[in-house]
Amino acid sequence: MATVEHAQPAPVPRTGIVAWLTTTDHKKIGILYLYSSVAFFLLGGVMALLMRAELARVGLQFVDRSLYNQLFTMHGTAMMFLFIVPFAVGLANYLLPLHIGAPDVAFPRLNAFTYWLYLLGGLTVMSGFLTVGGAAAFGWTGYAPLSTATYSPGAGPDLWIVGLLLTGVSTTLGAINFMATIFGMRAPGMTMFRLPIFLWNIIVTSALIMFTFPVLTAALAALFIDRNLGGTFFEPAAGGDAVLWQHLFWFFGHPEVYIAILPFFGIVTEIIPVFSRKPVFGYKGFVLATLLIGAYSFSVWAHHMFTTGAVSNPFFSATSMLIAVPTGIKFFNWIATMWRGNITLRSPMLFCMGFLFMFLMGGITGVFLASPPINYAVHDTYYVVAHFHYVLFGGSVFAVFAGLYFWIPKMSGRMLSEGLAKIHFVLMLIGMNLTFFPQHQLGLNGMQRRIPDYSEASGYEGLNLLSSIGAGLIALSILVFLVNFFVSMRTGKVAGDDPWGGYTLEWATSSPPPEHNFHRLPPVRSERPVYDARVKLGGRRDRG
Amino acid sequence: MSSASVAGNRLTASVLGMVLFIASEVMFFGALFGAYYTLRARAAEWPPPGSPETDLVRPLILTAILLSSSATQHFAVGAAGRKDGRALARWVWLTFSLGAVFLVGEALEWRALFDEGFVISSNVFGTLFFTITGFHGLHVAAGLAMLLLALKKTRIAPEGGQGVGALEAATFYWHFVDAIWIFVVVSLYITNL
Repeated sequence: MATVEHAQPAPVPRTGIVAWLTTTDHKKIGILYLYSSVAFFLLGGVMALLMRAELARVGLQFVDRSLYNQLFTMHGTAMMFLFIVPFAVGLANYLLPLHIGAPDVAFPRLNAFTYWLYLLGGLTVMSGFLTVGGAAAFGWTGYAPLSTATYSPGAGPDLWIVGLLLTGVSTTLGAINFMATIFGMRAPGMTMFRLPIFLWNIIVTSALIMFTFPVLTAALAALFIDRNLGGTFFEPAAGGDAVLWQHLFWFFGHPEVYIAILPFFGIVTEIIPVFSRKPVFGYKGFVLATLLIGAYSFSVWAHHMFTTGAVSNPFFSATSMLIAVPTGIKFFNWIATMWRGNITLRSPMLFCMGFLFMFLMGGITGVFLASPPINYAVHDTYYVVAHFHYVLFGGSVFAVFAGLYFWIPKMSGRMLSEGLAKIHFVLMLIGMNLTFFPQHQLGLNGMQRRIPDYSEASGYEGLNLLSSIGAGLIALSILVFLVNFFVSMRTGKVAGDDPWGGYTLEWATSSPPPEHNFHRLPPVRSERPVYDARVKLGGRRDRG
Repeated sequence: MSSASVAGNRLTASVLGMVLFIASEVMFFGALFGAYYTLRARAAEWPPPGSPETDLVRPLILTAILLSSSATQHFAVGAAGRKDGRALARWVWLTFSLGAVFLVGEALEWRALFDEGFVISSNVFGTLFFTITGFHGLHVAAGLAMLLLALKKTRIAPEGGQGVGALEAATFYWHFVDAIWIFVVVSLYITNL
């Protein structure tokens, strides 16, 4: 990087908390995003634990029905809008400029604005708990007419709407920033087909965000107008249409599911090659599969609406099954990447393994759910809950921890404890399967979701107890992670620039990187510039 | 990377960023118009009973005002290209004034409809009408702010085009809010005749 010639006044160095409040450094903003999103993850997790405690036994022991409704609504809202997407945004914020060899994102101040807007929106959503009527209680999908003023009066639902509007706008602006950065600020030699696969996933995720979050914004605005200004969008008696909400919501909501998984596909695709000591198998296949998933995701939304009778079930069934094909391509490529590689099962790789098996389970039940006859039978039962938790917890959350174990050494300069990481992994894997596997059977037995109690005669108690014990194990595993994190940040082994033998550009700079990321960049001649530089200096060649 | 190419990249970035932002805005209005045509298709009669007579005079005048403002903004960009700072400021302020007049005209239109007793809660057309024109008006207001901001940021230097990116970006946005207005007039007025 040549020096900038324009004379500028030397910036006043800021320290301590002011530095974090006023920062426009993508790395600091990324870390703020990660801390905030993990805080919302813990909050949503506590809500889940309360629900599992309630469901462990017949009868109402801990919460009343109204609070239970608020809990499952805010659990879903927190996890989907305030944790999983912002976590991906935070990680991308940190990695994206490093991955392309840039000093920052295209619009650093806009980046800071999107973070604070997200935090404001998140706190607004959560502040519903402080109102007299409590938080929103109509499920994270906010179906009309349940979400209208008649059936959900009070300030909590309005805070939910306004908070989600703010986070939605923030997410949209963030996606635009990412796209402008990737398309405009790549280092010399960093062609599109040398981008880390993670960034291809971020490109498609950003496109999905850009094209679907505004639809959610419009739907939320319409709901707000109905609730507060006398509008009749979703009021059938006055010429509105309640199913319109479902169309608008799921036109956003299904691509949202891919927004919540594609970045995590990207994380896994970065980690598996490094711990297999092989280049990624089928780079262009990965790119194509990612693009296809993005494109298909716009044509599957009504598989959430099979039972409304208002959509073409055969069409949406076919498209929903079709989308399994590019996902299958990715699985093939992940396995082929590992095939005959020198696999080392360090903590990031272990979590990737967990991801592969757990996400596969969720993917397969997804194909079942795409079949309308099965869908009619298990709609709104625990089978669906089991399905999407295998996808989002077994998939996304395992990849979240794979990413944290992989990149925290880069962000902090210190390694996390491998021993504790392995305990975390084992507990979480057992806990997750204990929690969610029995829910398949509960759903097939007819247990409805979103209901705090069940009868003695239903025979649901045993499996529910198992599921609740599993939830406790997950909580324990997260505690192990938190202990590992806080202890290792003080006393962990110093990581050095490149503790894993990484391939991509972030490993070419110090840990943590300097303010403008790179003192010097290695030449970029493939999608593994750091590996190329290592080999040139006489480092060991990988197989394959 | 030389400093010129850094500036060049920044320039591309602001225009590219704006194009992407406009794409997301298209989806926002797409959802609103999608709702409009869905609900319209379900209605037995359109506009539904209780809606005022469609009067084209005011909306067509507003259309003429907004379209001319796109033209004046086009001339503003031309002036920036000729490095004529005075003409640039003149054209941008003219665009701004036309946009402001549009907003006043839109407010008068709302006022006239209110006087006829047609409000957001009158019927589903009222809900759609005031939601769509309201959001369009907000976007025009945002566009006005962008124009002034871009004018303030634009530096006409004797060499190089530093700072013209903001002007180009704001201009794109201004043309976009004009284009949306065409859909508003066609959907909410002309097809209701």
